[in-house]
Amino acid sequence: MSQEIRLTYREALKSAIREALLKDEKVFLMGEDVGHYGGAFAVSKGLLQEFGPDRIMDVPLSESGFTGAGIGAALAGMRPIVEIMTINFSLLAMDQIFNNAATLSHMSGGQVNVPVVIRMGCGIGRQLAAQHSHSWEPFFAHVPGLIVLSVGTHEDARGMLLSALESPDPVILFEYTSMLNLEGSIPGDAGKVDIQKAKIRREGKDLSLITYGTGVYKCLEAADLLAKEGMDVEVVDLRVLRPLEEDTFLQSVAKTHRALIVEDAWKSVSISSEVSSRIMEKAFFELDLPVERLCGVEVPIPYPKHLEDASVPQVQDIVSRVKKMLKP
Amino acid sequence: MRLNKSNPAPSLTKAEGLRLLHQMTLIRRFEEKSAEVYTETKIRGFLHLCVGEEAVAVGVSQALQEEDYVLSTYREHGHALARGVEPKSIMAEMYGRLEGCSRGRGGSMHLFDSSKNFFGGNAIVGGHLPLSVGMALASKKQGKKNVTCCFFGEGAAAEGEFHESLNLAALWQIPVLFLCENNLYAMGTALKFTHSEQHLEKKGPAYGIETDVANGMDLLDVMTKVQKAVAYIRETGKPYFLVCYTYRFRAHSMFDAELYREKSEVEEWKKKDPIPQFKAFLLKEKLITEKVIEAMEAEAERQVQEAIDFAENGSWEKVEELDRFVYSEKAAI
Ligand SMILES: Cc1ncc(C[n+]2csc(CCOP(=O)(O)OP(=O)(O)O)c2C)c(N)n1
Repeated sequence: MSQEIRLTYREALKSAIREALLKDEKVFLMGEDVGHYGGAFAVSKGLLQEFGPDRIMDVPLSESGFTGAGIGAALAGMRPIVEIMTINFSLLAMDQIFNNAATLSHMSGGQVNVPVVIRMGCGIGRQLAAQHSHSWEPFFAHVPGLIVLSVGTHEDARGMLLSALESPDPVILFEYTSMLNLEGSIPGDAGKVDIQKAKIRREGKDLSLITYGTGVYKCLEAADLLAKEGMDVEVVDLRVLRPLEEDTFLQSVAKTHRALIVEDAWKSVSISSEVSSRIMEKAFFELDLPVERLCGVEVPIPYPKHLEDASVPQVQDIVSRVKKMLKP
Repeated sequence: MRLNKSNPAPSLTKAEGLRLLHQMTLIRRFEEKSAEVYTETKIRGFLHLCVGEEAVAVGVSQALQEEDYVLSTYREHGHALARGVEPKSIMAEMYGRLEGCSRGRGGSMHLFDSSKNFFGGNAIVGGHLPLSVGMALASKKQGKKNVTCCFFGEGAAAEGEFHESLNLAALWQIPVLFLCENNLYAMGTALKFTHSEQHLEKKGPAYGIETDVANGMDLLDVMTKVQKAVAYIRETGKPYFLVCYTYRFRAHSMFDAELYREKSEVEEWKKKDPIPQFKAFLLKEKLITEKVIEAMEAEAERQVQEAIDFAENGSWEKVEELDRFVYSEKAAI
């Protein structure tokens, strides 16, 4: 086992991009402000100086145009990493992602494939108000043909991009801007990770907390607090939102017999709706309690801190809900 | 319409003249037959025919090389045929058969043949323009000398993706030919109701893109202009915008009652039909004889019938294979 290193989520993301650029000539990064500005969130800072403008391409404000260009370049044998500054602007590229990236392989009878990676910053919690606080992971997870990954930990920040770049199919990578400065530990030789399965981030026997994205560290923190009060909860990080891998969470539920699903996205027609259905369909008789969900409140996310906080599940909300479920 | 008079016609050999006329005739027959079998409900869904626009498909394709990339719209049968995609595999595709060029998955609007570098049939107006930019960008990065040719209609030129794509192509100086087939109508809405500047060719220079117009009803003019365009792109690696003025003789699709134009207008345009025009040219120049034309027409007819027979006898993809290729079958991740 190599030594643990400490680094921020941002550093982990950046080191992956850098490694990918070093390893494969076909890889290039394109996005708004990725070069001269240094990346809207400083993830690509310094890469323009190191790799030059052909590999780190600043693009105009043309989300549909440059995302489509990334898809086209992938069709023609390149390995583009497209950065959409944040998920909030991704709707302008949705036509390209849904109608081209996701369809071309199937619609052409398998003649072409689209090895593009599309990264975007997402998440809420920075008081950016309704238009800049979207949790649209469910939109993307709805679409066959895409591989949809949620980067909820430092390990995945370091590894998911590298693995995504080996996929022959389009990968959507959600990175969470509120976690960029967060420090964490990973093995010094950490690298590629599995991108097909969910992962148990903490073992427990009393209840399964099933989550993704920023929910992972929140649930782990809640689990620590609950442990102090003698409750032993398991934390399942879904990671792969499409194709959704269900064995991991079904097995977890079979072990704990109780499930609480946690996400920032609005509750209706969400990832948790899907997970809950699968549990009903495939693990109904394992359950001691109905599945419960803690999700985003169904409002445009407001600006004031207290209202913003009230709009998505917080650690304390998770703790209280678990207590209620375990001690009725 | 501001059309330059046809430059001195490219000199043609008898064989070339015959080949070009044959291609246009084949497309015309293929389209007519498609309409016929559509009414027999053999072909379903949307069917967009390019009758009247054959000179553009053929004129453009003869300037392209095997390694060039071609992308097109839902009105792409002519482009695919001119590119050398087998009539059989196109017809089978429209029948939804496994033997179709896209395994029957795409139908009329989504013809793909990667062996011919033909990258679809896209049915979202303007949706393939960014793709063409990306493919040309890849060529530049890879040091390839090929050209990406992207066909679209004047309706698409009103989409944001058109403007984004022209800007990106000019910014990045990449080898893409934006080939606008201006047939004057986007479904039923005339150019004059959709573009503030109806001389679409003015939009290229606004992005710093070399631009020209061609008479899309005149094969020789299309050939001349496209050869010039492609030579420019190969030489400089830069984009080019070519607007071909053309006209579709038939409805937008099989569902269109054509309420938006007068029959007399269609009849006027039919006088400019590119096929009889080119035939007359070849006869006048003594590059062809009536007898050769007759044999060629019989051959086109035979090819279309062969395509129909092939499609009729095709098979259906097994339902168990429904979800094949949602994800690639290339090396698992
Ligand atoms: C984005 C989008 N909007 C609307 C449509 C419906 N539609 C299909 S074809 C068409 C007209 C397009 O006209 P043009 O680009 O001039 O091409 P043409 O059909 O004349 O060849 C429309 C509106 C569509 N397919 N895609």
